[in-house]
Amino acid sequence: MSYWEFLAQNAPRYLDGTLVTIAQFFLSAMLAILLALTAGLMKLSRNVAVRWTAGVYIEIFRGTSLLIQLYWIFFVLPLFGLTLDKFYAGFVAVGLNLGAYGAELVRGGIQSVPKGQWEAAYAISMSPAKRMYRIILPQALLNMLPPWGNLMIELLKATALVSLISVTDLMFEAKQINGSTFLSAQAFGTALIIYYILARLIVTPFMRWLERIMARKLGRA
Amino acid sequence: MFDWRWDFTFEILPRLLQATLNTLAAAGIGYGIAVVLGLVFALAQRTPSRIVTMVVRECVEFIRSTPLVLQIFFVFFVGPQFGIRLSPWVAGMIAIGLHYSAYLSEVYRGGLESVPKGQWEACTALNLSTTKTYFRVIIPQALPPSLAGMGNYLVGIFKDTPMLSVIGVAELMQAANAIGGSHYRYLEPYTMVGIIFLAISLPAAGLIRVFEAWVRKKLGMN
Repeated sequence: MSYWEFLAQNAPRYLDGTLVTIAQFFLSAMLAILLALTAGLMKLSRNVAVRWTAGVYIEIFRGTSLLIQLYWIFFVLPLFGLTLDKFYAGFVAVGLNLGAYGAELVRGGIQSVPKGQWEAAYAISMSPAKRMYRIILPQALLNMLPPWGNLMIELLKATALVSLISVTDLMFEAKQINGSTFLSAQAFGTALIIYYILARLIVTPFMRWLERIMARKLGRA
Repeated sequence: MFDWRWDFTFEILPRLLQATLNTLAAAGIGYGIAVVLGLVFALAQRTPSRIVTMVVRECVEFIRSTPLVLQIFFVFFVGPQFGIRLSPWVAGMIAIGLHYSAYLSEVYRGGLESVPKGQWEACTALNLSTTKTYFRVIIPQALPPSLAGMGNYLVGIFKDTPMLSVIGVAELMQAANAIGGSHYRYLEPYTMVGIIFLAISLPAAGLIRVFEAWVRKKLGMN
């Protein structure tokens, strides 16, 4: 069987898997961004308890690995009475994990905004919320976009692990196809190429585009 | 609601700690491969040939932007198709070593590029050989800025070893899965695995910071 025949035969399954992977990517990315912003801002709070809460979240999720967190959420949480469907468990685990890494980027990004900007916003008597929202965050965002680009690639790769709790994503389909055709090089190789295309031709150019847009908006293009 | 059983915890703890040694060995071997292979990738991108640079660059990008689990499966299953049987350990070490060598090559590349151009020119002016230029002048200066990244990936590789359980490498995650499967209790094994990982990776990250500061001081930087 030539590679093209293999591809023609299995294309629908790869397509289904890719769509699930994309869905997992979007959902976990949104969760990660939300958590990263929250925890990153909490880490800069003046209140010790708030700082400490964010610190515990960040250290726990950065200190253990995603696979452990995924299994824990899927197999152990039900014992506490919280049962998540595998699809939800998948993106929640990925989002929680990458959100912890993102929180450090948010913190670093905000700290990289020059002190004069804070003082200037204070001098024109902006409220703290407005100062953060209108002055600090946009500049912080521009500073942290390049590392966020890398994080988004990590996030895409991380979604492959949800196949281990039987979410039918691209990785899962590749394993199934490998099991039914025994053509491992083709089965896994095709999946590798699809992941590469997603990362290199969609995620990375999108992040670059976002960087350019943000730079222009802030007049730094 | 939930019942944590201490007797069960202590019963499985020796087995988990035993498997922790395997996890550490896997991380160590994988990192060893990555450190050497990463340098090869980084130096291959500095050859005068544009084509070699481009091909290596694209390979590094490919390895970096595809999932490690998939690469582990690929290495493990593709061998037998061509008549090469790899044990889970060998396949796992190849996959994880290769994956991290791509990351480390980027770290080295950054380090090498941070060395000012004047240093290269000075070496040329002094008529130093290429080997001498690299080993006596460039690498010692490229090392300190690379150390932070290298340390992060040492911890990173350790945290990625649980993925080796998918092809049956007998490391910590695999042990926890086996215990969970045979006793129908997942709470204790998975929680203990998490705690063991935390207990190793948090101090390790701290130690790496200390080591980095020590090297910088030794080399007379700041």
